[in-house]
Amino acid sequence: MEVFSNLLLGFQVALSPFNVLMCLIGVLLGTLIGVLPGVGPVATIAMLLPITFNLSPIAALIMLAGIYYGAQYGGSTTAILVNLPGESSSVVTCLDGYQMARQGRAGPALATAALASFFAGCVSTLVVALFAPPLAEVALKFGPAEYFSLMVLGLVAAVVLAHGSLLKAIAMVILGLLLGLVGTDVNSGVLRFAFGISELADGIGFVTVAMGMFGIAEIVGNLEQTGAREVFTKKVEHLWPTKEDWKRLWAPTLRGTFLGSALGILPGGGALLASFGAYTLEKKVSRYSHEFGKGAIEGVAAPESANNAGAQTSFIPLLTLGIPSNAVMALMIGAMMIQGIAPGPQVMNERPQLFWGMIASMWVGNLMLVILNLPLIGMWIKLLTVPYRLLYPSILLFMAIGVFSLSNNPFDVFLMSIFGLLGYVCVKLECEPAPMILGFILGPLMEENLRRAMLLSRGDPMTFIQKPISAGFIIAAVILLVIIALPALRRKRSEVFVEET
Amino acid sequence: MKIKSQKDFWAGLMFIAFGMFFVVWAQMNYQMGSAVRMGPGYFPSVLGGLLALLGVLVLIDAFVEEGPEVPTFHFRPLLFIMASCLAFAYLLKPLGLVLASALLIFIGAFGGHEFKWKEVTILTVVLVIFSVLVFVKGLTLPFPIWPEFME
Repeated sequence: MEVFSNLLLGFQVALSPFNVLMCLIGVLLGTLIGVLPGVGPVATIAMLLPITFNLSPIAALIMLAGIYYGAQYGGSTTAILVNLPGESSSVVTCLDGYQMARQGRAGPALATAALASFFAGCVSTLVVALFAPPLAEVALKFGPAEYFSLMVLGLVAAVVLAHGSLLKAIAMVILGLLLGLVGTDVNSGVLRFAFGISELADGIGFVTVAMGMFGIAEIVGNLEQTGAREVFTKKVEHLWPTKEDWKRLWAPTLRGTFLGSALGILPGGGALLASFGAYTLEKKVSRYSHEFGKGAIEGVAAPESANNAGAQTSFIPLLTLGIPSNAVMALMIGAMMIQGIAPGPQVMNERPQLFWGMIASMWVGNLMLVILNLPLIGMWIKLLTVPYRLLYPSILLFMAIGVFSLSNNPFDVFLMSIFGLLGYVCVKLECEPAPMILGFILGPLMEENLRRAMLLSRGDPMTFIQKPISAGFIIAAVILLVIIALPALRRKRSEVFVEET
Repeated sequence: MKIKSQKDFWAGLMFIAFGMFFVVWAQMNYQMGSAVRMGPGYFPSVLGGLLALLGVLVLIDAFVEEGPEVPTFHFRPLLFIMASCLAFAYLLKPLGLVLASALLIFIGAFGGHEFKWKEVTILTVVLVIFSVLVFVKGLTLPFPIWPEFME
C-alpha cells in the first residue's frame, strides 16, 4: 500500500526531534489559547506567523497546525468548566459539558472530550492520508477556468455557513476580494489603490488584516463586556468515565468523527459546522435525547469528536487544491506563501516530505494532547483564573511586536489598528469578518485565473459552463445559493444559529 | 419611510460607500481593457459595482425587515487600544522597546474597566523582560532596546 509507505515517510519527518519539539510547542500554545476565552486561533496564528519566518517550512507548518487543533482541545476545557466557549467550535460543548460540571462530573466530561477528540484525530488523520492524494491528482488537471469556478464555490460555501444575513456575508467576501487587490497588479505592473503610499506597493499584508479584524476587534469587544464567571475548579476529580459512560459514549464518538470528517472537507466547513452538526444529529438519534442540555455525556462526546475531525480534514482542500476552507486555513496558505511554497496540488509531488510530514504530525500532535492535557488539567484550570485585564495588554503587545516585525515599519501597525476599527464596526453591524478574510486571500488568485481563463477562451465567459468540471462547481455554487435563499430554509438557518449563540 | 433595521441601514451604506469608491477610483485611474485582455481596472470595477449593488439590497432590506438596534459603541476601549498600538509603533525606533512596550501596556490598560497602578507596573516589568529576552535576544528582531540618546 502506497499510503503506508507515504505515512512512514511522514512519520520519519514528523518524529525528528526538532519537529516533535515544534509540534509540542504548537499544541501547548494551541491549548493555551483555546483555554483562554477571548483569544482566538486566527489572531494567535497571525501573531505567531512572524516567528515562523526563521523556521524551515515543515517545522513552521507543523507548529501552526498544532496550534489549530490544540485550540480545539483547549476550547472544550473552558466550555465545560466556565460555560464560556474558549473556541467558537466548542459552543455546543457548553450545553451539556457545563451541566455535567455543575453536577460534579467535570472530570468525566473533560476526559470524554479529550478521548473523543483523540479518537477523532486518529481517524481523520487516516482520512486525510487516504483522500488527499486522489483529490490532488484530479486537481492537477485543473485549468484556470476550473480554478476560478472552484474559488467561487468555496467563497459561496463560506458565505452560506456564515452567521446572519446572506447578503451581508456576500458583500463582506467581495470587500475582501477588493482589499486583496491593493498593490502592484502582476499583469500590468500598475500600482492599484496605493494612494501614493509606498508601503502599499506589495499590497496589504494579510497578517495585518487578520490581526486587526480578529485580534484588535476581539479585544475591544471583550472589554465592553462585564460579568463574573463561575469556575468549577475544585470539583475536578475522578477523571475517568464510568462503565456506564463508556457504553454511552462510543457510538456518538463514532458518528461525530465521521460526520465531522465529512463536513470538514467541504469548502467553508471546518470545526464549527462539524461540532454543531454532530450535536444536532446526536440529539435526533440518541436514546437519551431527553437528557440533552441537562448533562448528557453524548452531548460532549459527539461535538468534541466532530470538531477535532473537522479541524483536521479541513486541511484536505488546503493541501490538495490550495484553497482555504476557513480563516485559519487562509492563514496557513499565507504561511506557506511566506515560505516560498505555492499551495496547490503540486505540493504533494514536489514536496512529499512536507505533505506527509504534516499529516503524520497531526497524529503525533493528537497523541501529545491526550497525554499532556489530562495530567495538566490542573495547570489549565489555574490559567482560567488569570483575569482578562492582565491578559489583553500582553496580547496587544505581542500583536504589535509581531506586526511591526513584518517589515520593521510602523505603518503596518497603523494599518492593523485601522482594520481593528473596521472589524469593530463590522461586528456591531453584524457583518462577519471571516468571509472577508477568505475573500482577501483569494482576491489576487481569482483575478489571475479569471484573466487567464478569459484569455484562453478569447473573451467568451461561456467557458466556465462549457468545461464539465468547472460547470459542476458553478452548478453546485448556484444550488447552494438557491437552497439558502429559500424562505423556509432561511428561517431554519437563523434558528440554528440563534440556538448556537 | 421608517428604518426598520438600523444595522442593515448602516451596513448597506458602508458597502455602497466602499463599492462606489473602488469603482470610481478604478475608472479614473486604471485602464479597463477588454474581456479578453483585462486591464488593471476591470476586476475592481466589476467587483466594486457588485459590492455597491449588494449594499443597495441590504439598504432596501433595512426598510422591509425588522432588525435589532445597533449596539452602543464603546469608544473608550476602542480609542485606548488604537492609541496604544500607534504609540508603540511610532515610538519604538526613537524610544526603544522597553519604553515603547511600557507605554503600550499602560495606555492599553487604561482602556479596561479597572486600572490598578501596582498590578499594571508588575505586568509591565514582566512583559518587558520577556519581550527583550524572547524577541530581541532570542529571535534577534532588530529593535533598539533603549532610547537613541542613551545608546
